[in-house]
Amino acid sequence: MFGKILIANRGEIACRVIRTARKLGVRTVAVYSDADAKSLHVEMADEAVHIGASPVGESYLRGDKIIAAAKATGAEAIHPGYGFLSENPDFVDQVTAAGLVFIGPSAASIRAMGLKDAAKRLMEKAGVPVVPGYHGEAQEIVLLASKAREIGYPVLIKARAGGGGKGMRRVEHPDDFSEALSGARREAKAAFGDDRVLVEKYVDKPRHIEVQVFGDIFGNVVHLYERDCSAQRRHQKVIEEAPAPGMTPALRKAMTEAAVKAAKAIHYSGAGTIEFIVDASQGLKADRFWFMEMNTRLQVEHPVTEMVTGIDLVEWQLKVASGEKLPKTQSEIQLSGHAFEARLYAEDPAKGFLPATGTLHHLKFPVYALEGASMRIETGVRAGDAISPFYDPMIAKLVVHGKDRQAALEALGAALSQTEIAGSTVNTAFLAALATDADFAAGDVDTGLIGRHQQKLTAVPPPSAEIIAAAALAASGAGALVPSDDPWSVLAGYAHFHSGARRTRLRYGDDDILARVWVRPDGRFQVALDPPYDGANSHDLPAAPRLALWPGHVTVFSGAIGYSFVVPDPLARAEEAAAASGSLRAPMPGLVKLVRAAKGDAVIKGQPLLILEAMKMEHMISAPHDGVIAEITAEGAQVTDGTVLVRFAEQVHD
Amino acid sequence: MPILASQISPSSDAFRANAERMRVLVADIAEKAATVERGGSDEARERHVSRGKLLPRERLAQLLDTGSPFLEIGQFAAWSMYGEEISSAGLIAGIGRVEGTEVMVVVNDATVKGGTYYPLTVKKHLRAQEIALQNNLPCVYLVDSGGANLPNQDEVFPDREHFGRIFYNQANMSAAGIPQIACVMGSCTAGGAYVPAMSDETIMVRNQATIFLGGPPLVKAATGEDVSAEELGGADVHTRLSGVADHYALDDEHALAICRRIIRNLNRNKTASLKLRKSIPPLHPADDLYGVVPTDLRQPYDVREVIARVVDGSEFDEFKQNYGTTLVTGFAHLHGMPVGIIANNGVLFSESALKGAHFIELCCQRQIPLIFLQNITGFMVGRKYEAGGIAKDGAKLVMAVATARVPKVTMIIGGSFGAGNYGMCGRAYSPRFLWMWPNARISVMGGEQAATVLAVVKREGIERKGGEWSAEEEAKFKKPILMKYEHEGHPLYSSARLWDDGIIDPARTREVLALSLSAALNAEIEETKFGVFRM
Repeated sequence: MFGKILIANRGEIACRVIRTARKLGVRTVAVYSDADAKSLHVEMADEAVHIGASPVGESYLRGDKIIAAAKATGAEAIHPGYGFLSENPDFVDQVTAAGLVFIGPSAASIRAMGLKDAAKRLMEKAGVPVVPGYHGEAQEIVLLASKAREIGYPVLIKARAGGGGKGMRRVEHPDDFSEALSGARREAKAAFGDDRVLVEKYVDKPRHIEVQVFGDIFGNVVHLYERDCSAQRRHQKVIEEAPAPGMTPALRKAMTEAAVKAAKAIHYSGAGTIEFIVDASQGLKADRFWFMEMNTRLQVEHPVTEMVTGIDLVEWQLKVASGEKLPKTQSEIQLSGHAFEARLYAEDPAKGFLPATGTLHHLKFPVYALEGASMRIETGVRAGDAISPFYDPMIAKLVVHGKDRQAALEALGAALSQTEIAGSTVNTAFLAALATDADFAAGDVDTGLIGRHQQKLTAVPPPSAEIIAAAALAASGAGALVPSDDPWSVLAGYAHFHSGARRTRLRYGDDDILARVWVRPDGRFQVALDPPYDGANSHDLPAAPRLALWPGHVTVFSGAIGYSFVVPDPLARAEEAAAASGSLRAPMPGLVKLVRAAKGDAVIKGQPLLILEAMKMEHMISAPHDGVIAEITAEGAQVTDGTVLVRFAEQVHD
Repeated sequence: MPILASQISPSSDAFRANAERMRVLVADIAEKAATVERGGSDEARERHVSRGKLLPRERLAQLLDTGSPFLEIGQFAAWSMYGEEISSAGLIAGIGRVEGTEVMVVVNDATVKGGTYYPLTVKKHLRAQEIALQNNLPCVYLVDSGGANLPNQDEVFPDREHFGRIFYNQANMSAAGIPQIACVMGSCTAGGAYVPAMSDETIMVRNQATIFLGGPPLVKAATGEDVSAEELGGADVHTRLSGVADHYALDDEHALAICRRIIRNLNRNKTASLKLRKSIPPLHPADDLYGVVPTDLRQPYDVREVIARVVDGSEFDEFKQNYGTTLVTGFAHLHGMPVGIIANNGVLFSESALKGAHFIELCCQRQIPLIFLQNITGFMVGRKYEAGGIAKDGAKLVMAVATARVPKVTMIIGGSFGAGNYGMCGRAYSPRFLWMWPNARISVMGGEQAATVLAVVKREGIERKGGEWSAEEEAKFKKPILMKYEHEGHPLYSSARLWDDGIIDPARTREVLALSLSAALNAEIEETKFGVFRM
């Protein structure tokens, strides 16, 4: 076993590798960019080396710097994690040339699988089923039609230069082929300037099922069963599970045999994944799966396999890379129970999953799994860390295991509803909605499921009066007093007879909410809201609402949903107040030079209006707020201090 | 610490009867409180709100921290005094918390006669300032007042304790490092203009606040100049040109937010010099106080039953328990703060007075605040007692009470008659706060005694001239005297005149005492130097 390894990655996977390394007594070296200087993986590692600026091209993709860091720290091997340099054969060559061990397959294996078409041909030769199709140069209609017949209808005609569904036609019947072809060509020509097409088998209800394989340098290859990653949105996996729901012994046997065959064909060593596309339109059938590609690295979703096999894949990686034999034979690898992994992302599901950034002011993961289930949280961030635009916005992976799919799914739902994240928009509620989706819960999944249900899965019900009241109460500062015995701290709301109500303002989306908060004679707070939310009182308020106050905001958690409210700063109107006399005056005597706005113009805050030349200096006079200009001084005017330069039309304030 | 055991049975008839009578009294005061809390007439309030202003109590709540206690003073000031109802004398005052700091807040109520100053308004404003000065509390003035109430100018303007004293106090408090903050939210005319002008920091609300020595009509009369109030003394003029004010606010809410920021920046830290303990509630419920105390002041009861329902854990370390037993003295804690308690348990004898003076010496020596639970008919009279020197022993107690510099808080829980009022730290002895229960009575002597004294004098006069005075005639003579004493001894009569700081619900005695004491701890506890005790 190695004495010390370097982890050429960041975030949760770097932390994950460090944990196993520590368990095996292997010391660890982290590498980090500027943005990651104080991140969790740096804190966890025994040593850390700075490798460059925040953009990945200047840090985590700089193989030379990483190898230098390994040499400088005396690391014997490099674990690439996933992404970044993990499937870069040139990097593997460089690592090897530097006298270090790459924890992963050989450069040759990676190259063999790196080119998708070549990989498919290779697999075909090895007897692994691949999606039937024609990818040739010849484009004669007769040839294409006969290829389509060979493949078997329905087929898909795709633009070779394609993408985004342009130039794509699904053809059910040979009679429709020529018309579909010309349509596809027209579109392809228009979209890409290239009307060449390919023809493939159309998979009606595609599922993404992959097989985890492991090889060693002695030529042994085992599989660790399959994972189902069909829950995807735009090729981004969302919730993965193992085993695949509805898997039949026949299909599993066929798939795992094919996967082992594929790995053996390239003398694979280390952890790898064979991805298959499965036609589930008539249930799972042993002859309805096809090779898509092989990932020659550890997968993001590897924990579900670990949960159902009890095997630490990183431990195996380290052992195999250090020259040991696979720790177990195929027959010793057993499948037990069911596991799910949900990926928590900083993204906005309601806005097409737009990646989000921000500081995770509040971050609370579930501590306990449901009775009978187990759970692990893979994360690389702590409360207070930032999700920067430089890297993947993944916050954590929630991994649960239960005795069967139902139990595991319940555990997943429970875990999601106990997860609290505030400071960035996150997909927790979307994941929870997916976990409770009827089709998903029934195991009736395919890669189109999320797309079909997207509206429902991303819709968030409006906050209830109780939730708003809890937010208002927190925003009002109630209960924020320093713990103390001072009667002024603890005798909330004391008044000789009746206590007064204080106003608190909130914004939810575009809604302005006015709440009144007071203390009832029994010492409990009561909140009254304006329509349409009115009603909440302290009876309905949870005793300890799950919420987080963070700069300018309060987030109330209800199940997996985090309702974030803006708490407007009452003093933020200071600028408005500064200029609220409705006019801009010359700060000193001078000459009006460049007038850039005219009477009647609607201007926005900060927009330059004119330049005042005074004391040999040019002073830019900008709009202090949005408004309409009622009057503006003419260019060339000589003004004294206090002269009105711009007058705004009377504004209506809220 | 010894724990006070209660001898009272909440199921006894006496307890129930007491409780019922007290409930009626409290309900009556609470209802009257609700009346004055509304402020002016419905029309006046609607007019106020229609100008975009918050009502005075809304302003107050907006200024204070959410959930802050509000220790209101003079809630019933001017009650039934000026023919028409001048709620709370047109001025809300009290202590509340702003940004964690206790401050004295003084709010004009423009819905009550335009917020003009009646004699009691002035007295209340000065009382608020006195509390602020004694207890080192920053002052916030939410100004919205037409100035002196002109029909009452002779009782408002010229004397030492009249309008001018407000600004005198502001100047001297500012000099003493006690922040003076004004938030002008309405008119602030003539003399009133000095409230913001004399303040350390001042906020003005646009289109609402005006500050000028002479308003537009006066200007027109004096110089012929036509000018609007806003142009003459609005927020823009004073924050941009004159510098009379410092902060320009867009509306009430904005102004109060600025005010809170000002308090946040005061850099004040409350450091109690007391050895504090963890607070624990009394063992007996406070609600029992209704049933514990007979509303008939002549009926004796053990004041320890009251103490047991006020102090932490009902724990009371009694001092000189077997000596001068009509005065109960001892140490306890209130919300963790150590206190010395002096409570009446009957008429004062020489021994009780000596014991009280001794106990006050202890508390002053140890810098422990004093709480007086006052229920006193007076000092014992009679030849034996006069000869025993009760006057000089009473004087010792009065000397000790008068010169004690530790915070003193007085709660009148029953009678407050004659010299007993002095010995038990009545208003004249400057307790930091003086509160009353609704069943309390205050007068130079009890109505019955006064009527009897006067009847005796009258009978002597008649009989000296050889006349006769029948028992019916005597009863007829005594009746109006009794009624007068009953009326003038009522807590509302006292509160209206600011002889006290307010009437409270007996069940909340612990809260009021704790808040009062904690507020008092904003000022350092001074060393006491007693005068000459007559030996």
